[in-house]
Amino acid sequence: MAGNLWKPYSRVPLLGWFFGALVAVTLERLAGAPLAQFLGLQKIPVLFGFSDMLKTPVSIPNVLLYLLAVYVVPAAAVTRLGASPANGIAAALYRFPMAVTAAVHLALLYAVLHVWAGASDYRVLVLRLTLIAVMLTLSLNVINGYMGEFSCSHPGFMALGAYCASVLTIGLFVDAELFGAASLSPALGRFLFPVALVLGGLLASFGGLFVAIPSFRTRGDYLAIISLAFLFIVKSLIENLEFVRGPRGLSGQPDWADLPTVFLWTVLCVWSVNNFVRSTIGKALNAVRDNEMAADAMTVDTRKTKIAAFLFGAFWAGVAGGLFAHVMRYVNPGNFGIQNLAEVLAMVYFGGLNSVYGSIVGAVSISLLGEALRPLEIFKWIIIPLLLILVMIFRPTGLIAFRDLDVASLLKPKANPGEGG
Amino acid sequence: MTLPVLQVRNLSHDFGGLRAVRGYNLEIGSGQIRGLIGPNGAGKTTIFNLITGIYKPSEGEIFLGGKKIDGLPPHRIASLGVSRTFQNLLLWRHMTVLEHVKMARYSKIRYGWLGAFFGTSARHREEAGIEETALHLLDRMGIRHLADQVVLNLPYGAQRRVEIARALATEPGILLLDEPTAGMNPEELAQIMEIIRRVHGEFGMSILLIEHRMKVVMELCETVQTLDFGAVIAEGTPGEIQNNPRVIDAYLGRERAE
Ligand SMILES: Nc1ncnc2c1ncn2[C@@H]1O[C@H](COP(=O)(O)OP(=O)(O)OP(=O)(O)O)[C@@H](O)[C@H]1O
Ligand SMILES: [Mg+2]
Repeated sequence: MAGNLWKPYSRVPLLGWFFGALVAVTLERLAGAPLAQFLGLQKIPVLFGFSDMLKTPVSIPNVLLYLLAVYVVPAAAVTRLGASPANGIAAALYRFPMAVTAAVHLALLYAVLHVWAGASDYRVLVLRLTLIAVMLTLSLNVINGYMGEFSCSHPGFMALGAYCASVLTIGLFVDAELFGAASLSPALGRFLFPVALVLGGLLASFGGLFVAIPSFRTRGDYLAIISLAFLFIVKSLIENLEFVRGPRGLSGQPDWADLPTVFLWTVLCVWSVNNFVRSTIGKALNAVRDNEMAADAMTVDTRKTKIAAFLFGAFWAGVAGGLFAHVMRYVNPGNFGIQNLAEVLAMVYFGGLNSVYGSIVGAVSISLLGEALRPLEIFKWIIIPLLLILVMIFRPTGLIAFRDLDVASLLKPKANPGEGG
Repeated sequence: MTLPVLQVRNLSHDFGGLRAVRGYNLEIGSGQIRGLIGPNGAGKTTIFNLITGIYKPSEGEIFLGGKKIDGLPPHRIASLGVSRTFQNLLLWRHMTVLEHVKMARYSKIRYGWLGAFFGTSARHREEAGIEETALHLLDRMGIRHLADQVVLNLPYGAQRRVEIARALATEPGILLLDEPTAGMNPEELAQIMEIIRRVHGEFGMSILLIEHRMKVVMELCETVQTLDFGAVIAEGTPGEIQNNPRVIDAYLGRERAE
């Protein structure tokens, strides 16, 4: 029965799902508010109604009704009815170079996110932070999953990127009292922001060297401790640097990390990580993880491989840090501590080791869950770890571990346009 | 006379107080198969580890085609042309058969880090070439149908073949095989011997073979060295070795006694 209901959907190409989602979010923009009012809700449920349901349990049926009417039914209907045209379009697109096909899909995905998030500032904020979490998780997965080292230094790399980018943007483009008058016009800043982010990433990469070099000789627990020490060193370094205002933190970053910017950087990160881990050079990370001696004997330069993994992972953590600083427009050393580490580690191990899909799923689900469970306050920190323990028991390597993300097969039409439907 | 492919001169190695290899010499010419036998703990694997750079010799020198290689890091020695298999099968548990063989092309890759991160067209071309070479090798080893399997799930005999295919993918000048028939049933044994013969015939490879089974040594090797307590106690054709009283005493006798 359920199988029969699902069957038509197995032939829907990714494009078809995007169409369905786009219709649903557009519908919400047009009719969400009146519907919410009609159902007696104060406003539209911001994050799929989790917090509304937790705060006022009597509203549960109405919230569910809202979700059905706005998201589930329209999306399901459009996706199903649109399956064959979607397949037709997907097939036509598939004949173009992969870059074009991918760009169209990404544009559609962005449209869905943009329309959905447009309903409230809170959604925009959560979405940007979630995308940044995806970058962090993926970059940590390169080191902890693909290369199998247990590195704890990620928030440290993130802090380096965040502070480097902030110092550059505030110092050069904002008239902050700390750094004196701005020397460059803010109009230029929009274009130089990517440069600031990349420089932040490179500084983080440089920091990565301090963990990469010890990793030549140690593995496992010892490296975990070294990397943790690195995190604390970075944190206390920043706390004691007066020119970035020590523990008081840096504020006043320009508002340049808007949704399209964060989205583009996330795409770039996912794309380059996926390229890397699927190349033979990138698979050397797996060889080093699974057996270093054999990797060496098969001509793999294991030191170069380790350095590359740490520098590459740290780079993206640094870029993510720079974006984070410009989303929050305030950072202090406390942002980059053990709690942050625990969150990113949870996302990596929950989503799945050695998997781009896994990192995306892990980052999105833990981020959204964290937001949704916010009304529970302290209980949030009981529920999330419990969930993690459950996953570790039933799927020790995470939800979607050891799966390659093959873009070409992801974007393929699922049936010939003629026979679809 | 042409230069030997591999030349080892007066090699010794100490583990703490234990002298595991003492004054070992070897010269292998192009296309020769040489055997290395000896009781457990004689130092055979240690010699392989010394040649491949896993250990740095306490004394002695190693030359590959006249070039001194002792002291170089293992991956350099491997890319210069010394390849090997491991006594206890060191495969990469999460990787597929095809990925194993492709990985051994690592030192030949030219597209570099930028190609790896940004997927340039040069990289795609090169990766396609690597894949073709790898599939061709799998074909020769008779395991092409297993290309997409994760090695962990394969039977022992197939895992041995993966190791040999992987070792060949580095395009070595000499192949070191460390007990390639260990733990095999008679059928697998016949197959692996056929493969070694084919590798020798088709690739014209020089091979140094550590082996416990006299039958294998007798059939495959031109000359054999017998090692005991780290030193060579006898050297000669398999026939001579088998009848050498010192060998019988040190090795064959002991084995019979077991
Ligand atoms: N890493 C090491 N550290 C200390 N001692 C070692 C090490 N590796 C080997 N040995 C010792 O060196 C000696 C030679 O070992 P090796 O593994 O070379 O023997 P082998 O001839 O390969 O034996 P087998 O037939 O059992 O494989 C043994 O006494 C062994 O215990
Ligand atoms: Mg041995």
